[in-house]
Amino acid sequence: MQQIFSFLFKNSYRILFLLLLFLSLGLTIQSHSYHKSKIISSANFFTGGIYQRINNVNEYFNLKSQNDELAKENARLKTILFNLKDTTKLHFPDSILGVKKNQLIVSKVIHNSYNVHENFLTINTGSKSGIKTDMGVINSAGIIGIVDKVSPNYATVISILNIQSKINAKIKKSNHFGSLIWNGKNTGYVQLIDVPRLAGVRKGDTIVTGGQSHIFPENIGIGTIDKVYVDNETNYYTLDVKLFNDMTNLGYVYIIKSKDREEIINLEKQSKKDE
Amino acid sequence: MNSALIWNIARFILLLMAQVLIFNRINLFGYINPFPYILFIILYPVNGNRYGLLLSSFFLGLIMDMFCNSGGVHAASCLILANYRPYIFKFSFGLSYEYQTVKLNDVLTPERFSFILIAVVLHHFTLFILEIFSFYFIWDIIERTILTTLFTLITCIIIIYTIKPSKR
Repeated sequence: MQQIFSFLFKNSYRILFLLLLFLSLGLTIQSHSYHKSKIISSANFFTGGIYQRINNVNEYFNLKSQNDELAKENARLKTILFNLKDTTKLHFPDSILGVKKNQLIVSKVIHNSYNVHENFLTINTGSKSGIKTDMGVINSAGIIGIVDKVSPNYATVISILNIQSKINAKIKKSNHFGSLIWNGKNTGYVQLIDVPRLAGVRKGDTIVTGGQSHIFPENIGIGTIDKVYVDNETNYYTLDVKLFNDMTNLGYVYIIKSKDREEIINLEKQSKKDE
Repeated sequence: MNSALIWNIARFILLLMAQVLIFNRINLFGYINPFPYILFIILYPVNGNRYGLLLSSFFLGLIMDMFCNSGGVHAASCLILANYRPYIFKFSFGLSYEYQTVKLNDVLTPERFSFILIAVVLHHFTLFILEIFSFYFIWDIIERTILTTLFTLITCIIIIYTIKPSKR
């Protein structure tokens, strides 16, 4: 017994080092597997609060570009409105609160990273506003990412500029779909992989979200095709997609709260159980 | 003893604040950020408490991880740097470094430069290996390590030699 104690005492420095090292490596490995680690994120009150404070100062510097974006969005919505056949017959059956299929929650990006391979955003709304893990995040130009961790007042978002994110997307014109990934190189471009060779793709075609996932509704803009090449291993097309969004300059975003989502997930769970 | 402790706590907080508020937002060429917060580990007193260094560098890294959403990447690499610091001292300043009381914030000699260089390279290499975590991106790891090391080195040296403690 005494020998054990003396051994522990003699090597206490090394033991402490190894203990802390395993702890940090454990956290690292957890962070690389799809949302698991709970504690170490910028969604807690301490880091979130500091980012909120920094952002309060910072947002004055891009008021102008944010204004431009809102004006553009307004113009687009007005165009849709004025081009309706009969503007007096405006009625939206699915816009009554509680019956809506998709509800949007507005939020503000208070921290944005785009310089590493696994990028995250921090937004300033959390579970108090009804945000949950795996909700889609968009802005007026197109998609941004998927909600990862949620605290009462803040949430982190897996950016589409994250080598682990994989989003179902399709070519608007032809409905051929593939998976949207990022190769970690350029912040202005993402890749659409596994597009069948049959799909007639051309430079400049628009890529939108597909209806396969229950995270994003169908037909939300992503970007335009910039380059087309054939993957040597799989013989499918890989497309370089130029994003509509400037991911390095984000202000207000919308979180999509889908009514159907939980129903679909529950249904899928049940049918899996039955097998 | 007490003044050294206060200096350390002040350095811990100030470097962390500077890192989060300023250096994490530089994004040179889109992806290069210097990490001068490791100056805390580099400047920790040579004869200071080893356990204190190990624990404080672990928490230094952990707080950085919270801000960067990176799991335990910074904590692990800070820990490794803190653990191998005596060996780097031995390599740069010769075997009897503990008795000649190494002072880092003085004229930049080759010994001091090599110490800072090795420390920064060690930290950054572990950092980027753990952060990217895939041999598919091995060239990315090397490229980022080299470029960020250069940038951090310059920032560290500027910080050390502009903010010299006045007492000496």
